[in-house]
Amino acid sequence: MNTAKPSMSLTKPEAFDLTTKQKLSTALGVIGLIILLLAAFNVEFPNKPIFLALSLLMITAGVILFTNDLYAGKHPGIKNDGVMFKSITSRGLWAWITGIALTSFYIILYFKATWLGLGTNGAENTGLVALFDPLSKLLNGGPASQWFVYGTLYTVAILIFGYKFLMKYKHNRYEQLRTYSVMFFQLGFAFLIPEFMARLNSDSFSLPYYDLKNIWPLNYYNFEQYRVDSMISAGDIGLGILIFGVLSIFVITPILTYKYGKRWYCSWVCGCGGLAETSGDAFRHLSDKRQSAWKIERWVVHSVVVFVTLMTTAVIYSYLGDDSSKYWLTKNVFLISVASLLTLVFALVMIFKRAQIAKDAKYGAIGYMVIILALVGLHYFNGSQLFLFKAEPLRQTYGFLIGSIFSGVIGTGFYPIFGNRVWCRFGCPMAAILGFQQRLFSRFRITTNGGQCISCGNCSTYCEMGIDVRAYAQKGENIVRSSCVGCGICSAVCPRGVLKLENDSLKGRINPNDILLGNDVDLMDLVYQK
Amino acid sequence: MEHIVIIGNGIAGVTAARHIRKLSDKKITIISAETDYFFSRTALMYVYMGHMKFEHTQPYENWFWKKNRINLKKAYVNKVDTDTNTLYFAEGDSLQYDKLIIATGSKPNKFGWPGQDLKGVMGMYHKQDLEQLEVFAPNNKVCQRAVIVGGGLIGIELAEMLNSRDIPVTFLVRESSFWNIVLPNGESEMLNRHIKNHHIDLRLSSNLKEIKSDKNGQVSSVIIEETGEEIPCNVVGLTAGVSPNIDFLKDSKIEINRGVKVNRFLETNIPNIYAIGDCAEQHEAIGNRRPIEAVWYTGRMMGETLAQTICGNRMAYKPGHWFNSAKFLDIEYQTYGWVFGDVGRPDYEKHFHWKHDDDTKCITIAYHKDTKEFLGITTFGIRMRHETFDRWLTEKRNVDYVINHLSEANFDPEFYSRFEDKILSTYKAQQPSLAS
Repeated sequence: MNTAKPSMSLTKPEAFDLTTKQKLSTALGVIGLIILLLAAFNVEFPNKPIFLALSLLMITAGVILFTNDLYAGKHPGIKNDGVMFKSITSRGLWAWITGIALTSFYIILYFKATWLGLGTNGAENTGLVALFDPLSKLLNGGPASQWFVYGTLYTVAILIFGYKFLMKYKHNRYEQLRTYSVMFFQLGFAFLIPEFMARLNSDSFSLPYYDLKNIWPLNYYNFEQYRVDSMISAGDIGLGILIFGVLSIFVITPILTYKYGKRWYCSWVCGCGGLAETSGDAFRHLSDKRQSAWKIERWVVHSVVVFVTLMTTAVIYSYLGDDSSKYWLTKNVFLISVASLLTLVFALVMIFKRAQIAKDAKYGAIGYMVIILALVGLHYFNGSQLFLFKAEPLRQTYGFLIGSIFSGVIGTGFYPIFGNRVWCRFGCPMAAILGFQQRLFSRFRITTNGGQCISCGNCSTYCEMGIDVRAYAQKGENIVRSSCVGCGICSAVCPRGVLKLENDSLKGRINPNDILLGNDVDLMDLVYQK
Repeated sequence: MEHIVIIGNGIAGVTAARHIRKLSDKKITIISAETDYFFSRTALMYVYMGHMKFEHTQPYENWFWKKNRINLKKAYVNKVDTDTNTLYFAEGDSLQYDKLIIATGSKPNKFGWPGQDLKGVMGMYHKQDLEQLEVFAPNNKVCQRAVIVGGGLIGIELAEMLNSRDIPVTFLVRESSFWNIVLPNGESEMLNRHIKNHHIDLRLSSNLKEIKSDKNGQVSSVIIEETGEEIPCNVVGLTAGVSPNIDFLKDSKIEINRGVKVNRFLETNIPNIYAIGDCAEQHEAIGNRRPIEAVWYTGRMMGETLAQTICGNRMAYKPGHWFNSAKFLDIEYQTYGWVFGDVGRPDYEKHFHWKHDDDTKCITIAYHKDTKEFLGITTFGIRMRHETFDRWLTEKRNVDYVINHLSEANFDPEFYSRFEDKILSTYKAQQPSLAS
């Protein structure tokens, strides 16, 4: 489908202006943000706990009051009136202002945390970070860091915009449960539990900061030496967590994805998904639906998977030993295991799922397979250096390019311009691996309801992953796409009840034989002859 | 190379073109005076409401047509010369065809009301109607009230559109209950309440007498036939049905009545000319269907069928079991098989009706009073699976079977409340003799 032209127009039908209450609520929230901004500019607040609480409460109250004026007391139903006219949601002036502000915040957060007041070399925090010290001491016993500030704001954003989303979709239980789920996992697993875990740390016992639901390769740093050392030295608990981390990606993930599709993670558990589905919901229609964008997406996201695999292999390799009498997992054993696992997956797919893979995907897979195996093989010819690169610069490059720039600055900073799932769609290696499983080994699909589609385009417009849902629905085809995160909005906005997310048997999942568009049977046979 | 020319770039014409391209290498040209590219007409309402931009309503990217070698021509056909196989355009040029497909769709009905051509009076069918509405009803300051005349699907969509911009709406409906010429009473009455709940001023059993003008030739008020009441307004929406858009064929040799007359093979009286979609009129209606079917789905199916004929596999239009769907404000509607309202209902058709307490969900199941054969279902607020009902209709299941197996046909999103048990117990309570 075609992507709409952006509108920089400042005029719009007055019918879609904010109400007075909505303007006041916005002002309240903005004042809360200004308190944070003033703190960042080193305005010294006398009573930090009170001002921090005041700021967060004002932001929260602003969003809640705005939401209530927008949705409370209204008939349950789809609430997209005016989305394409409002400046903030149609790439207008406010969208650009917000996008630039968010992007700047991310750049400072990642690269200039001292500007936010982070005390270095044992110095006291100042500014914005200092404002969060009281909350940090309350939770983990120590002073705040820029990451604590970020984590708090992130969690608050998911909770308050989660409330907005719950009110918007009060008629839809799938959306409700999914949103409660991401709110729970963010508050509990991503925020509170790691903070409490930090309290347990002492001189003799120390666990790395660990959000248990964050799975490699999304947390690409999980198997770095300092973390693994720290987990191993923390006894049974640490070892248990390390094993859980390995099982998560190799056992738990494939099973859950087989049963439910990648949505179990991407739109029910994941923190990035959580933010996208709540704070980012207002921008979901901005995703690029062009076929060319899909082509770019496939190359970029799978390249990131290759990158993270190489990087992690190199990093783990770098700290393993050579002597098998000291520890069974040596450099050699590890490399051979990685190569064997990749070869096994590659072979199984090429043997059993060949027919379901497009030509360019096959070339891509073969190309990348050759590159990885060549790099591993090269190691045995030229000696010590793995992959021609040193592990540390590789890790740093990944952390900078993918971990910071892609997921943060572009992925979230540009919500109001490129939509809310840019990172998940183009960059997330976890999403790519889950998507690969979802496409080939899963019971999940979006079923198209016979011939009921009227090609209206609501589904495609509101797909945050840029899937042209309509292209399938209007042909009576089920939607089985690796990128689908199962948010369920296509089904919700469909005015004709055409789409249903479901887990069903593998038979007939991708190309149902019994396509039914209302015509009599012998014509359908002809139309769908391949 | 044979040149297939299609007049009209709606769902019927475009489907025909796509399938002809799939099946052959013929030269294809689609002509439209309305837009450059195919768009979903049913989605126009969402553009005005701000859910989508117009570009979103176009199902194919602009490169699609060139890639598939489908020529697009923006022009208005004035005249068809069937002797020389030539089209003459309003722009002055002409075009030769080998085979011609007429797929020009519909136009809004006007019944000769005084003032029906004033400024601010419009249908809601073409893209140009949408542009007009944006001019005359951008907000509730320019348009302080709109009056909609005609209570069908387009009428209620127009009401929803205006409602989204807080423009007060008076809705004149000829029937005694909304769309009861099609819907059973339970559904129709639920809609009366639903419309009023959305603060739309619904006037049942009300006809338009005349539209009055201000000194600039723009709408100033309407007069209601029954009461003589004058309602001041700035916009009048005429949504009293549609009829085939075929005025340009009046002087041609192609046989027309209300629509272009076609046989079961969608062939007109001229050998190399065909008609599909809203503008085609069957010599004899198919089953319970109307001779003219102005529905998205039938347009698509006729396009699929005709593509076979054009490409050498002559095929009759044989639609399967009837189905349809719509959305009335916040209530989704689906129907499979035949469920009649009061008008035209056969003697043998009996109804079972269930309604949820929240007054937004209900179902009506039609069955044969003697044989108990399941004839059709209409649902409000509950999605049903097309495939399942199509199979049950083919298998001629009886009503007991359908009600007992209703959960198999449910298509609501996961975790939604289910009502099959309540429906079943209501059914049993109404028909104790059938309880098993």
